[in-house]
Amino acid sequence: MAWMMRLLRANFRTATLMPTLSRRTFLIASASASAAACSKIPNTLPPEYPEQTRSDAPLFLDASERRFINAACARIIPKDDLGPGALEAGVPDFIDRQLAGPFGQASTWYMQGPWAKGSEQQGYQLKFTPAQMYRHAMNNVDDYCNKQFKKAFADLPPADQDNVLTGLEKGDIDLPDVPAKTFFTMLLQNVTEGFFADPMYGGNRDFIGWKLIGFPGPRYNYVEEIEQYGKPYTLPPVSLKLGRAKPEKA
Amino acid sequence: MATRLKPVDAVLVGFGWTAAIIGQELTDAGLQVVALERGNFRDTVPDFSPTQIQDELRYAVRKATFEEPDRETLTFRNSTSDTALPMRQLGSFLPGVGVGGAGVHWNGQNWRFMPTDFKMRSHSEQRYGKKFLPDDMTIQDWPLSYDDLEPYYDKWEYLCGISGKAGNLNGQIQEGGNPFEGPRKREFPLPPLKRSASAMKFDEAAKSIGLHPFPCPAGNASQPYTNTLGVKLGQCTYCGYCEWFGCANYSKASPQTTILPVLLRKDNFSYKTNATVTRVNMDSTGKKATGVTYVDAQGREFEQPAEMVILCAYSLHNVHLLLVSKIGKPYDAESNTGAVGKNYAYQMSAYVDVFFDEIINPFMGAGALGQVVDDFNGDNFDHGPHGFIGGAYISMWQTGGRPILQHYTPTDTPKWGGGFKKALKENYLRSASMQIHGGIMSYKQNHLDLDPTYRDIYGNPLMRLTFDFQKNDLDMEKYVTDRAVDIAKAVKGNRGYNVRARTGHYGIVEYQTTHNTGGAIIGDNPSNSVINKYCQSWDVPNLFVLGASAFPQNPGYNPTGTVGALTYFAADAITSRYLKNPGALV
Amino acid sequence: MKRSAIFLAVLSFVTCAHAGDFAQIERGKYLVQAGDCESCHTDKNGPRFAGARAIPTPFGTIYSRNITPDPATGIGGWSDEDFYRALHEGISRDGSHLYPAFPYPWYTKLTRDDVNAIKAYLDTVDAVREQTPPNKLHWPLTWRSLLSVWNSMFFKAGEWQPNPDKSADWNRGGYLVESAGHCSACHSPKNLLGSVKKGDAFEGGDGENWLAPDLTGRTLGGVSEWSIDEIAQFLRTGANNRTRATGPMAEVVELSTSHLTDEDAKAIATYLKDLPNGASTAEKKTADNSRDTTRGHDLYLDNNCAACHMENGTGEAGIFPALKGSAIVQQPDPATAIHLVLSGSRAAATTANPNRFAMPAFGGKLSDDDIAALLTYVRSAWGNRGGVVSESNVYSVRKQVATSQ
Repeated sequence: MAWMMRLLRANFRTATLMPTLSRRTFLIASASASAAACSKIPNTLPPEYPEQTRSDAPLFLDASERRFINAACARIIPKDDLGPGALEAGVPDFIDRQLAGPFGQASTWYMQGPWAKGSEQQGYQLKFTPAQMYRHAMNNVDDYCNKQFKKAFADLPPADQDNVLTGLEKGDIDLPDVPAKTFFTMLLQNVTEGFFADPMYGGNRDFIGWKLIGFPGPRYNYVEEIEQYGKPYTLPPVSLKLGRAKPEKA
Repeated sequence: MATRLKPVDAVLVGFGWTAAIIGQELTDAGLQVVALERGNFRDTVPDFSPTQIQDELRYAVRKATFEEPDRETLTFRNSTSDTALPMRQLGSFLPGVGVGGAGVHWNGQNWRFMPTDFKMRSHSEQRYGKKFLPDDMTIQDWPLSYDDLEPYYDKWEYLCGISGKAGNLNGQIQEGGNPFEGPRKREFPLPPLKRSASAMKFDEAAKSIGLHPFPCPAGNASQPYTNTLGVKLGQCTYCGYCEWFGCANYSKASPQTTILPVLLRKDNFSYKTNATVTRVNMDSTGKKATGVTYVDAQGREFEQPAEMVILCAYSLHNVHLLLVSKIGKPYDAESNTGAVGKNYAYQMSAYVDVFFDEIINPFMGAGALGQVVDDFNGDNFDHGPHGFIGGAYISMWQTGGRPILQHYTPTDTPKWGGGFKKALKENYLRSASMQIHGGIMSYKQNHLDLDPTYRDIYGNPLMRLTFDFQKNDLDMEKYVTDRAVDIAKAVKGNRGYNVRARTGHYGIVEYQTTHNTGGAIIGDNPSNSVINKYCQSWDVPNLFVLGASAFPQNPGYNPTGTVGALTYFAADAITSRYLKNPGALV
Repeated sequence: MKRSAIFLAVLSFVTCAHAGDFAQIERGKYLVQAGDCESCHTDKNGPRFAGARAIPTPFGTIYSRNITPDPATGIGGWSDEDFYRALHEGISRDGSHLYPAFPYPWYTKLTRDDVNAIKAYLDTVDAVREQTPPNKLHWPLTWRSLLSVWNSMFFKAGEWQPNPDKSADWNRGGYLVESAGHCSACHSPKNLLGSVKKGDAFEGGDGENWLAPDLTGRTLGGVSEWSIDEIAQFLRTGANNRTRATGPMAEVVELSTSHLTDEDAKAIATYLKDLPNGASTAEKKTADNSRDTTRGHDLYLDNNCAACHMENGTGEAGIFPALKGSAIVQQPDPATAIHLVLSGSRAAATTANPNRFAMPAFGGKLSDDDIAALLTYVRSAWGNRGGVVSESNVYSVRKQVATSQ
């Protein structure tokens, strides 16, 4: 009954990782599941915010890995005359929490064998969870940099870091454990996520990402504004959990 | 050993749109009905509360409301000569899970198919000749016509409170609507949504080159609405969180906002959540379904006996359930025989991103807020010179400006680094994307069957998808994409545009559309189809299969409107004829 | 002549009823619904009328009685006389006093015929064997004999007396409100011994951490400002263009008032609109609004209150309650408004109005200070004059809500 063990594991995950409310309905539903019980839904408590929105959420990266991610973030969306970049926006914190959480652990992915390389069209076929892939890739890249430059990636000058990142992006650098392009694609995706996700997840700190582009956050009513063509929207960005952006200092 | 439950008149597998509709109709007819839903119960409050639902990372990126591949997924290959491998994480399409199904997270883009879409083969052959169609193309006519479905489209639209402008009222073309649509008996229940800045620019540009723009019929209520069941919807406030999100203010049509308030009050209706149906049970003759077996959250098996079994799951899961239950003859692509799994089809989307001088505030939007032209859809133009059939609509959506997934930068700008950052800043408020939303025909080689190797969490074989884009459809998409470029060029105050064309092989990674169709198709005889015109199984008359698995091929429109209408059509036949005399309706 | 017409109107259902008479049973069912008996006498998900529902009171927990016809645990063995004495005098079959959580101070106003009809109906419901758990009252209230003292202070048995100077509608409404409906049981302030404060009836009362709103003319936006049709629509469907029934009133509408006939709902409205205006009208209408509401306005926008209630507080007629001009918002005591923001609420769903619209809970997201600022804004915006809400107001409701869960 291997399938039963997989099912119970998945359900345990649902029951423990899902917000309390869902957990409750889940238990009620599985216990009695009568229509009378289900159609009465007295609770109005919204699902809790995910664990990765808590500042004490578990972390994944060790010190050297953290330096690697800091350096990569600083190059992928750099600090420049347009303002702070991904490092200043806390994106490394975001990535650290994500890798420790359900995403990093591939908790909802199909991770049964047999394993084969597959075509580009068939997508991700690695045995590694995202967290494992990051760890292998960061080790591999640092090995590469140590060999080429006698320095870890984080200690390279920005121009060399850009060259290494470009090499990964194009697949010109061959990593022994993971495909370089797969790693770079995921890294770029996660940096973008961290720069633009609600600041409650640790990135987009002080709304740096949203302020750069002019996104006001999860506001819900533009009935009065939508037909005011060409007119800038004036309310400051707001977070679901952390309130609105503080006014700029004059 | 499965625990045997008390028999019911009808068991519904899944509890999304089709189950809500059929459940409402069958309970009105006095039947005792139970729906089995593999996911959780969900309601506007608390699950879609505006304190937390607008979380792009959680819902759109990490996909909190969708199927979890570790429970069930499928394997995929481009052709029969490849080895299929599991879709390990969601990508190309996103089947919903939980009460309300995909009706919770759809955009609300609500269409009727055109009259010729129901006669795809005979119409094409008549107009362009039999040799015009490739040999491997297996499209076929529906066994029912647009006129047959019109009253049910109407019923569906008045259930949902669709916001739109008629283009053809009883044959009279109407200013401001879609002049290519089939004749409708009356206006939409609600006027169109307010127009976004990008819609205004598109409208002007399309008109300037002689096209016929109109507002997309929207399942986002432009005004407060009381539907045909007495259920009220609020007005859309243009928050920009429709697709992949539940609606926080009761303004997007969903089972929760249109049917469930009435259905859940009925004593003769019940449902179970976390109840995954693993097979349809048959009697010894193989001609009668006796009910279904499901597994609950603790892994316990139950048998739910029923006089009628109605598959209301997502199209792919309907087909999967037929295959694992060994109902009907599985399709064999080599010999082109059998029916279950035949004519799987999909849709194609290419994009033309337009960059404007002025800000358009993309974050103010709604799932179906957009201006559309249908001039190049279906058979609205002469395909003779082009060598392909089918078409696409071109739409300028303003569905929201969720920044992780909805930022557009010119293709010639870097994808990271300082240049990327600059492009983000310059373009986010000043860009929108046109979609070329194209149909896909069905082909001998594109099909569904069971995978020989991989299994789901319940021990059943995964379904295997064999699919690739074919020349007819790629040619069509290229042609209509070029027409979208014509519009982009005509946009006043445009700083440029990007073409994101659809070329090459189909891949399972990039999100494209959750409009998977076919596999349990509708037809006029048992040799070419799984179900008859009333969605009744040819092989097992007390088994009905609802949803887009019925589509013999996939026209260039979003499927939900036709899924709703077809379900009402089937419900009518069941309640007016089948219940009086259970047996084959055709 | 006039008097007899009124008498007939009040007892409009009276016919020559005998036991088992269908019309009598139907009338009994109607009165049981109008009296919302099911609400207390049915436990959550328990069998109907089998009692055993815990009723929290300031004096301890009282368990409702099984009123099904089961002879051993219900009222199967009760004679019509026993039943009438319970409703009319608050005395049980064994001669002991009933606790006034059972609203006999209202039921005493029912006519004998109506009480018989109620009994006739209850005799037809499914008999359920369900022993009522013993009450958990604080000493010395466990001594039922003390209740005779309470009765001598606060209770006078006697059927409703029609007022010949008022219309037939007023009298029918008054009969329903003051007897079966027992509206003032919740909508009135109570004294320390749990009796309605004399002279303050209908001025709003505290219960289950909700404030049952004032029904007199004291409150801005209150029912005295509603039309007869608006009140009747609210009672029968749970909503009108101003607001929706939420909190405990949602259940009252679902189980009770939605079953009223249109005539009776309008009769009740007629009576309620004619309630005396209460003592403190003047004081109320000049609530102090002097406070900076900038932060409250920001919170209103940032927490997407406008998703449903709109930026201008008008809500959507028949769908989302208007905050502008709302009685709940402008109550002198903000407890209900605070409770709504903290815990959210599900509105009544009725056959006529099947939506179970709900407001989500914001208590997990907003601090006491946030909610105070938000509500102070809402109570002073758009012409509202409800007065300042303090952090400690919110704190005390939050504490009560937390302990009751």
